[in-house]
Amino acid sequence: MAFIDYYNILGVDKRATDKEIKIAYRKLARKYHPDLNPHDKEAEKKFKEINEANEVLSSPENRKKYDEYGKDWKHADEFEKAKQQHHYRRDTQAEAPGDFSDSGYSDFFESMFGGRTGGRGGNLKFRGQDYDAELHLDLKDVYTTHKRTVIVNGKNIRFTIPAGVKNGQVIKIKGHGGEGLNGGPNGDLHITFTVENHSKFRLDKDDLYTTVDLDLYKAMLGGDITIDTFDGKVRLNVKPETQNGTKVKLKGKGFPVYKKEGVFGDLYITYRIIIPTNLTEKEKELFTQLAKSRTP
Amino acid sequence: MNTKNFIPLDKLCTHYKVEMSFFNNLKDIGLIEIKTIEHSQYIHQNEIYDIEKIVRMYHELEVNIEGIDVVLNLLQKIEALQNELISVKNRLRLYEN
Repeated sequence: MAFIDYYNILGVDKRATDKEIKIAYRKLARKYHPDLNPHDKEAEKKFKEINEANEVLSSPENRKKYDEYGKDWKHADEFEKAKQQHHYRRDTQAEAPGDFSDSGYSDFFESMFGGRTGGRGGNLKFRGQDYDAELHLDLKDVYTTHKRTVIVNGKNIRFTIPAGVKNGQVIKIKGHGGEGLNGGPNGDLHITFTVENHSKFRLDKDDLYTTVDLDLYKAMLGGDITIDTFDGKVRLNVKPETQNGTKVKLKGKGFPVYKKEGVFGDLYITYRIIIPTNLTEKEKELFTQLAKSRTP
Repeated sequence: MNTKNFIPLDKLCTHYKVEMSFFNNLKDIGLIEIKTIEHSQYIHQNEIYDIEKIVRMYHELEVNIEGIDVVLNLLQKIEALQNELISVKNRLRLYEN
């Protein structure tokens, strides 16, 4: 149990008036409120801290107790005394609504005050905590819309992953976060996707890029080749005299566009011309003839 | 008109402990859409998430309705920038590997 300086958290002096404490709390709450800082765990932690500090310092009774024992909490005798008082309080407040033992308040707070106390804060409804989860997927997985089940706090949550979801993208599943306090609504579950690409395609936005090897003769004379796309093979005509590094666009053969059913990006192919090696004497002779015929 | 996916405004007022004028002000500023069906006012259920967010800002942070409008606009901008950042990071990753 670490001592927490609630005055320091709220940035106020120990002699601060109730009004000053309220102003400091409001100012910090506006800065760190989860609604204003989505997916920011640091802000969420800070918000809990300032709420906790406010719960203690905004109640004259709690503030008095904190001022008296808080700074000397390491002195066992006094702490024991505080604990006895805490038990007495809890007994007398048995009908107080809600059990806040899992509310994310610090051990220090729980030990001193037995969870969130009644009074002004006791009737406030608090939205449950948002949960953040990470899901690792392969690029192939997100080529099609599919369903997945994740287990959060022992509950199976089945949800749809739309095709085309991107690396780092976050989707929100409403009401599957922590339970609300005092009848407040449940928090949400935020799932961040980590999409790993083990394919030979490079993905940029919704377009795919790949390199296709082309033999010298096909590049010079042209002809049909079969290439791999993300959803199977397609036949492609190579124009005669195709240069190394030539780019070809296959419209609609790229990656699905997120939440736009039937809409796909494009596939860009770069030709890499492979020069034959280990030439036979006959081939060398023929290439020499060719070279001579091209020499002015 | 079918009221199946709509929630009566008076119920929301009771639930969130706000005056009817609160919702009318939100409507005036363009933050929500109120439907009138057979002389009663309703809100589509899809708007509840946004409304809850607005009510939290109003009650917990004491931000007035004009302030909430500004905050929501800025949050939208932040989200767009964050998405752009993710996209740029993903593109950068292509060249780093």
